[in-house]
Amino acid sequence: MSKSIEERGYSNTDVLVSTDWVQEHLKDPGFRIAESNEDPLLYSSNHIPGAVEIDWTRDLNDPVRRDYLDRRGFENLMRRIGASPDTTIVIYGDKNNWWATYAFWVLQLFGHVHAKVMDGGRLKWIKENRPLTREVPKYQPSQYQAPKRDDTRLRAFRDQVLKRLRRKLPLVDVRSPEEYRGERLHMPEYPNEGALRGGHIPGALSIPWGRAVNQEDGTFKDAAELGKIYIEENKLRPADDIIAYCRIGERSSHTWFVLTYLLGFSKVRNYDGSWTEWGNLVQVPIENPSAERRDEAAA
Amino acid sequence: MKLLPERLERWLATLETLERSDRMQMLIDVAERFPRVPPRIAQRPYPTERRVPGCESEAYVWAEPKADGTLTYYFAVENPQGISAMALAAILGDALSGVPLEEVAAVPADVVYRIFGRELSMGKSLGLMGMVNMVRAAARQQLQAPIQQTKEGE
Repeated sequence: MSKSIEERGYSNTDVLVSTDWVQEHLKDPGFRIAESNEDPLLYSSNHIPGAVEIDWTRDLNDPVRRDYLDRRGFENLMRRIGASPDTTIVIYGDKNNWWATYAFWVLQLFGHVHAKVMDGGRLKWIKENRPLTREVPKYQPSQYQAPKRDDTRLRAFRDQVLKRLRRKLPLVDVRSPEEYRGERLHMPEYPNEGALRGGHIPGALSIPWGRAVNQEDGTFKDAAELGKIYIEENKLRPADDIIAYCRIGERSSHTWFVLTYLLGFSKVRNYDGSWTEWGNLVQVPIENPSAERRDEAAA
Repeated sequence: MKLLPERLERWLATLETLERSDRMQMLIDVAERFPRVPPRIAQRPYPTERRVPGCESEAYVWAEPKADGTLTYYFAVENPQGISAMALAAILGDALSGVPLEEVAAVPADVVYRIFGRELSMGKSLGLMGMVNMVRAAARQQLQAPIQQTKEGE
């Protein structure tokens, strides 16, 4: 039997809740359960009773610019789901909570600190045969007042990444090893991951996000196991100034969550421009081991 | 503008008239009726060469020659959470099986946006487009080097 969240040695156990805990709080008015998925059909197919949907494209992103929603947009979202600044948002979703941690991260950009992630996400809830419904709940709209979005602490931009290349500060690439190595997927007619170039940002460590997850049930590994991966194996230190990235910032928000809350790292930011920005930028440095191997073979 | 196969156009015409929530509901209903690949075509473990590259729903595609020279398309989706992949499989199987191969080969992969809407993530859209591309590739291959209908497939 797996350890309880409290037994896993995390730096912060307040942001992670179990499926048992969620089932016990289904009717608690102080909580709002929210499902956030990549697959647009999943929430409508069924969800936890009382859960609202937070759709990452329609609800969290600006409809025109590549950016997140602004203060007004965030207020509208929180008002629609009937949340006040004191409401604790409990988020879960598909893909081992990629999108849940992404939504959690956006909440933090607006200072909504009352938020939790359900360990194991949607799949664990379903595997445990817990209740599901297709009924979409309706909540009394709130009068949520949000502060201006603060990108300074948790979000990184390309110029900051460029500067840190010179300073050799840690970057963590959380994509798959194949993406990191710049090997193209066999997807004819489409650019590799939406970028014109493959590879990774020079000096970035390759620590795929999925290493933080127990594959059998999608829960987070305990602090000792996480420490082995991030601290012992990759020599990251809790006081390091770290930027994580992936393709668009969704998988790296998962790693941001792990480092910040489960291991207690003090300065981790998510570069949401990620590879879809970096791999398309003109004249930025890139390391591409697979291209270098091809060059060597041709020589 | 090149026309899509008639049955596919009918699917799109229906889906595109629906509000988002109704479209999602219709796609879920379609996914729930998704016909799995019959055992005579393939049995687990499915061969990796039939797996759709880039599709995290673990979708597989097969094509079986028909007497008229067209193909019947079959699918498996191994991830039980892969509802969009199941819906797409059901639509492609219905809309493209028995359709002239040239028409199938010409179906643009980004038809997935007309089915699901523009709000697909890049990863999800690549996986779904990969399914369309596997079907197109089967049609192209059949055009170039036709495989005759087998007795078992009659």
